[in-house]
Amino acid sequence: MLGEILQSIGEALGLAVALVFSGDPDLLEIVFLSLQVSLTATVFACVIGLPIGALVAIGRFRGRNAVLILMNALMGLPPVVVGLVVYLHLSRSGPLGFLGLLYTPTAMIIAQTILISPIVAALSRQVLEDLHAEYADQFRSLCLTRLQTIQALLWDARYSLLTVGLAGFGRAVAEVGAVIIVGGNIDHLTRVMTTAIALETSKGDLGLALALGIILLVIALGVNAAVQTVRMTAARQAYV
Amino acid sequence: MLSKPYAVTAVSIFLAGAATAQDMSIIVQSTTSTANSGLYDYLLPIFQETSGIQVNVVAVGTGQAIKNAQNCDGDVLLVHAKASEEKFVSEGYGTVRTDLMYNDFVIVGPISDPAVVSGMTDVQGALGKIAEAGALFASRGDDSGTHKKELSLWSSAGVDPTASSGQWYRETGSGMGATLNAGIGMGAYVMTDRATWISFGNKQDYQISVQGDDDMFNQYGVIPVNPEKCPSVHADAAQIFSDWLVSSAGQDAIASYKVADQQLFFPNAPTK
Amino acid sequence: MFDAMAPRTQPDNLRGTNVAPILPMSMREVVLRFGETAVLDGVSLDLGLRGCTVIMGSNGAGKSLLLKLMHGLIAPCSGSIKWGDLAPSDVMVRQALVFQKPVLLRRSVAANVDFVLKARGKGIAARDALLEHVGLLHKSAQPARLLSGGEAQRLALARALATDPEVLFLDEPTASLDPASVLVIERIVADARKRNVRVILVTHDIGQARRMADDVVFLHRGRIAEHSPASQFFPDPHSSVARDYLNGKIVV
Repeated sequence: MLGEILQSIGEALGLAVALVFSGDPDLLEIVFLSLQVSLTATVFACVIGLPIGALVAIGRFRGRNAVLILMNALMGLPPVVVGLVVYLHLSRSGPLGFLGLLYTPTAMIIAQTILISPIVAALSRQVLEDLHAEYADQFRSLCLTRLQTIQALLWDARYSLLTVGLAGFGRAVAEVGAVIIVGGNIDHLTRVMTTAIALETSKGDLGLALALGIILLVIALGVNAAVQTVRMTAARQAYV
Repeated sequence: MLSKPYAVTAVSIFLAGAATAQDMSIIVQSTTSTANSGLYDYLLPIFQETSGIQVNVVAVGTGQAIKNAQNCDGDVLLVHAKASEEKFVSEGYGTVRTDLMYNDFVIVGPISDPAVVSGMTDVQGALGKIAEAGALFASRGDDSGTHKKELSLWSSAGVDPTASSGQWYRETGSGMGATLNAGIGMGAYVMTDRATWISFGNKQDYQISVQGDDDMFNQYGVIPVNPEKCPSVHADAAQIFSDWLVSSAGQDAIASYKVADQQLFFPNAPTK
Repeated sequence: MFDAMAPRTQPDNLRGTNVAPILPMSMREVVLRFGETAVLDGVSLDLGLRGCTVIMGSNGAGKSLLLKLMHGLIAPCSGSIKWGDLAPSDVMVRQALVFQKPVLLRRSVAANVDFVLKARGKGIAARDALLEHVGLLHKSAQPARLLSGGEAQRLALARALATDPEVLFLDEPTASLDPASVLVIERIVADARKRNVRVILVTHDIGQARRMADDVVFLHRGRIAEHSPASQFFPDPHSSVARDYLNGKIVV
């Protein structure tokens, strides 16, 4: 049994390599769209999540614990629920239907942004709170405003926050539940790696599905390696 | 052919300008069997070349396809559940339903054939034997056209399989491909449309056990979504696509699509 | 531009002539409690307009807390602290505190100074002069957190001076530094004192206290055992605990 599994993984690996080196334009399109959608969603999630994380990190207000619990709970948002909620809003019969966004990459970006913003907010809150513990007295002595404090914390935690962004990106690029509902897995329009894998699985073409999975894994490895390289460079300068 | 929608995609990401993409394109809410069998990959380039209209296919179960179309999230509905389709039209969601093509359902099972139904044509008899033997049977369980058809066959066989749900009757709640994967994984009989089965890539030791009963006939219909219910639909382009499918050019194209030298769909639109 | 030798005047000449004076400082019956333990127990202290006040005392006497109380980083449980007529929180912006362990930003040496200059709405024109003054100009581009202990403390001093403070608090700035670094830092602090920056220094180093102090506050068990001019304190402290401390006896 194990031998069979290893053999099928080996075959998929060969297929993955062949696919990549064939330069198949359909494959490149899917890979590129995956990266584009998930990276854009990650950028938006950082724009939304980092200020929230920073505010909660330095804030001392009533109900802060409740906010923390909520943020941490939202990290576990099921993608399919996010997809459904976004679908109901973007559907032509929904409140935002007039925008005509359903079954477009924009809809997928919206869904993934909602999915990973809590992850960015919750993880950055932890990072920034730790850093603030170190800086707080110095910053108070300098009489920094709240905005100046947040800006300084975000900048000084930039390399740690890169890892936070990476966690969000990893979740976005790997999820299928949300994008398949709001994107529709339309060939040449909204098909991304994960929905393509789901499709090939449902066609029973498990080898191709596994090969696509391996390519997705390699892409994720590449992104992680790039970020890790940046972090190590920063660590040598004691900037982490 | 690929570069154009691709470029539009890139722009629409940042401008939310999806409307421009849809001026030239329509969305077909489709059953999975037509999509998974590769029919669209064959048909749509032919249609796009003659019409210049980009057709985007959202492949989901028939039940969900109808619901999505009722939410105005499609311009054309292409499914296989005649009663539901007629209801869709009579409630005003669709303009007119036209028979498009047919194939048939088959029951596939393992070579070991635990219920001894292999070679039977009488589908009710076969279902009765499966139930009697308590042999595993994997059902879509997702309100799709195939699922509805399967339930009606059980009903005419005088068996209520849902009473044994979770025992020998396993409802996957998934698409055809996922249900086939699950059924084959657990050694269960599965009812599937022939087109999906022929093009399915993970057959393992499975074969067609039951086929050829007139009751296993599987009719596909095409319905443009009604612009009176859904003003946002691209009614003209939808009508052009629907007309082309039932025209002699479209029907010939359907008939000429083959996988492994087997014709998957048999056009039967009424000639005008 | 920063000029290490340009004297400051009171009231602050850079913030307009109508700024209220913040000296002398007067502290009355200040109590600070952590739980049931009173770490400062009825401290009253007056600090004059000029010079360098050195706060001494054995570990746990409450020296650092006294500094933070004066600066306004912590509030007393009871008692009052006034800078002129103002509360510590109102004058914090006109003071700077250099921590025992310098808190350096994860940026270059130059960017650490720039950060403070910008936070105070000043241009960064003064940065190079400040770095030159503390002998770090040649390390401008280096990561701040890779500096040696002495360099890091000099950068913290440059950053404190970048705020152009009227009062400079130093919390054991030379603890565990090599003698050369100690002298450089003492020189920088002495320069600030000559410019009429009011210096308040916590130190364990008796030699340093002798070199720097105009007056000495000796804390013992959360109370002020003695507050005397340096000229009197070192030859003839009138409290027995201070005398024991100066003689190298362990005072607890």
